[in-house]
Amino acid sequence: MDKVSMDRRAFLRGAVIGCSAAASPLWTPITFARAHSDNPLGDNRLVVIVLRGGMDGLGVVRPYGDVDYAGLRGGTRGDVGDAIDLDGHFALHPALAGLMPMWNVGQLGFVHAVSTPYRDKRSHFDGQDMLEAGTSGLGGSAHDGWLNRMLQGVSGVQTETAFAVGRSDMLLTRGAAPVANWSPDAGLYGMSAQAMNLAERVMHDDPLFAQALGEAIDLSDGGPGGPGMAQLPQEGDMMGAMVQNMKTARRRGGHRQIAEFAADRLREDTRIAAFSLNGWDTHANQSRTLAKPLGRLAEVILALRTRMGDAVWGKTTVIAMTEFGRTARMNGSKGTDHGTGGVTILAGGALRGGRVMGDWPGLAEADLYARRDLMPTRDVRAHVAWAMRGLFGIEKTALETAVFPGLDMGNDPKILL
Amino acid sequence: MGVTFDPILAEIRFGCGLSPVVAGPKSIGDMIAQARGADHMATRYPIDSYDIFAERVAAASRYRGIMRKKSGTQAADDARAARQIVRRDAHDAQYRWFWQTMQRRIWTQDGLRERLSYFWADHFTARGKGGILKRANAPYVEDAIRPHIMGRFSDMLRAVITQPLMLHYLDQQRSVGPNSLKAVRKGNRGLNENLARELLELHTLGVDGPYGQSDVRELAELLTGLTFSRKGDFSFRKKLSEPGLETVLGVRYGGDPAELSHIYKLLDDLSVHPATARHIAGKLAVHFVGDAPDTELIAALEARYLATRGDLGEVIGALLAHPAAWNDAGGNVKPPVDYVGSALRALAVPSGAIGENTKQISAVLLAPMVLMGQSWEAPLGPDGWPENDAEWITPQRFAARLDWAMSAPGVLRPDLPDPREFVETALGGRAPSAVLFAANGAEDRRVGVGIVLASPAFQRT
Repeated sequence: MDKVSMDRRAFLRGAVIGCSAAASPLWTPITFARAHSDNPLGDNRLVVIVLRGGMDGLGVVRPYGDVDYAGLRGGTRGDVGDAIDLDGHFALHPALAGLMPMWNVGQLGFVHAVSTPYRDKRSHFDGQDMLEAGTSGLGGSAHDGWLNRMLQGVSGVQTETAFAVGRSDMLLTRGAAPVANWSPDAGLYGMSAQAMNLAERVMHDDPLFAQALGEAIDLSDGGPGGPGMAQLPQEGDMMGAMVQNMKTARRRGGHRQIAEFAADRLREDTRIAAFSLNGWDTHANQSRTLAKPLGRLAEVILALRTRMGDAVWGKTTVIAMTEFGRTARMNGSKGTDHGTGGVTILAGGALRGGRVMGDWPGLAEADLYARRDLMPTRDVRAHVAWAMRGLFGIEKTALETAVFPGLDMGNDPKILL
Repeated sequence: MGVTFDPILAEIRFGCGLSPVVAGPKSIGDMIAQARGADHMATRYPIDSYDIFAERVAAASRYRGIMRKKSGTQAADDARAARQIVRRDAHDAQYRWFWQTMQRRIWTQDGLRERLSYFWADHFTARGKGGILKRANAPYVEDAIRPHIMGRFSDMLRAVITQPLMLHYLDQQRSVGPNSLKAVRKGNRGLNENLARELLELHTLGVDGPYGQSDVRELAELLTGLTFSRKGDFSFRKKLSEPGLETVLGVRYGGDPAELSHIYKLLDDLSVHPATARHIAGKLAVHFVGDAPDTELIAALEARYLATRGDLGEVIGALLAHPAAWNDAGGNVKPPVDYVGSALRALAVPSGAIGENTKQISAVLLAPMVLMGQSWEAPLGPDGWPENDAEWITPQRFAARLDWAMSAPGVLRPDLPDPREFVETALGGRAPSAVLFAANGAEDRRVGVGIVLASPAFQRT
């Protein structure tokens, strides 16, 4: 038995540790970005949000103008219902109403009927691996994320150039290029200089632990997210400090705190931030269950803009993408099951938005994928690739071979101003 | 090929860690015999069975009914207050059960049982999505998982798939056969694929298993009828069942009238499927031995699984009998529950240190575990917690472990042990020189104990 099935996921998830490793990337590290200004990525910003669970694109950006939509999802044909009309054909879920001012000035847009190359098995976990690996299949040579592979080809990238924010680890940013990993509610409390010396000594021979400690020291010291080491609370207070920090996070909504932390970093030397939002697996009572994560997403996007300020927001593109869409029909419990084609949400001051992009496949039974899902008409990676081409000047060939192996970027959708 | 029993590694890798007061197992045979024997820890640190928990569900449902029917009356106000008490009581019970779980880990001589219970509870992840059911995980594990960890996989699978919490978690009670009596009478009802898909992908065959969308669909039809009553008890309702036969993996199941035995037949077949054997063997090896386990070890587990038609005690026997399982070269990073549990055990934290104080349980144990990446009983998806070391030791999660190691022991044991002794008891005389140096050179007990607990030697199995 040479390779067991368990291996593949384990391989994808972890063969390469964290960050800052000066290890050799899998492909030749040519510099494929043109250098401008003193930042290796120039002045533009990219925020990538992974929407985990499979966002229902047809429920978020509703094709109410399609004659078959009402038959699949209920309501009256051609009636916008409680949604907000976008362009006479599509309407926006009411939970995103707070973003309409952005739509009106071209800072919000959508790409409909897109998907990764993942088909048929409709597993969240493989779907997310594929979305983050950016590959055309699973089990290939890539065990790093596409965002990391993009950075691998840029010379002069520093740890703070890209930030993965939140408590969990993401395949998207994992790989040989340095990426900072931190959560706004993390900190190092109560470590005296002597204790820190001992800790470094104890971790020294275990690369995984040594790496994590080194970065924790770098990031907590002076990082605006956590109290940092400078405060050195007294012994009895340390437990309280941990708990207090968490309570603050919970009260303010962890998602908003993450967005604000990301925005603060992006105002400085950071050019790329990535994080996840969960809760999209709406198998039942979708009228209620979908509004919650959408509300959080709207708050996140608004928090990013507010916290960044106009100047930085003007250079920013936000891409929110999901592992797959959901079934075209409602299921037996007023929800939807795992599907294929879905929606990518775009925002930012750098965006040429105010439109729903993509080739609409239609919703007649014969137009659906496997007679059940929205037919994907374009690779979800294409618009991301074009965004990176425009924001950072990455060469098209590098995008189609190294960053997204096997992708055909197709026509330029000109998504940036 | 023989295996030399290593009593230290037995506790660290297959048990709940080393204790300064509780003796570990004496042999592999002893480990197996204890795990198969009486469940002493469940008796000493009880957790409600699901039947008892269901009484809370029934009470909350009864009060909700009164509130609805007698809205605006004193009776409704009383019911609201009574329901609030039930909810608060269940909340407190959830915290107490967590502490019971930790005490089992601190005091057990049969650590393998605790580890296997956690492993299978994670394999069959289920959680309540709202109301009082959010507190139901520990009773679910106590009933559906724990009695079966050394038994047949098919028995555990039957128990789990007929367990109300699992049906609720994966929306099965909402799934109605499109041509069932209920759908025909009431209309606007249909299937929900959630449980069917995860049953194949996560519980049995694995995502690389030989199934497709049509198997998921047919299985969803076969599973219709599995539901639970308002009182929270499992029930099989023919009215919800899709009539006729369903073909799953090329085999026809079902028939009219629908019976629970049709579903059991399918579960039994899935239990002994070669893909299930491979999936379970790989998961066990990864969980207990390392992220990239020896392929011969996995093959041995798989073979024993197939030969015994899914006898889990036999499969564990094969694991413990294999030399690769005892390779002492720095194993897995402990997930937070194992990390915290083994630290409490190494410190022999007395039962009274926390008692039934839910605020204290939250502040000292559960909240730090959230920062370490493990919200107790609340994994993000039905695939449960990650196994990969690198996912647990990110800078932010690592910082939470370091903070906890430095601060919690002093709260739980104000009479902290001498670090020079602690380094020996916690690591079984195997401390690397840097850890010995740190334990001897720390400026005070708190730092000394904290450094030992934060060391990779303690954090790995």
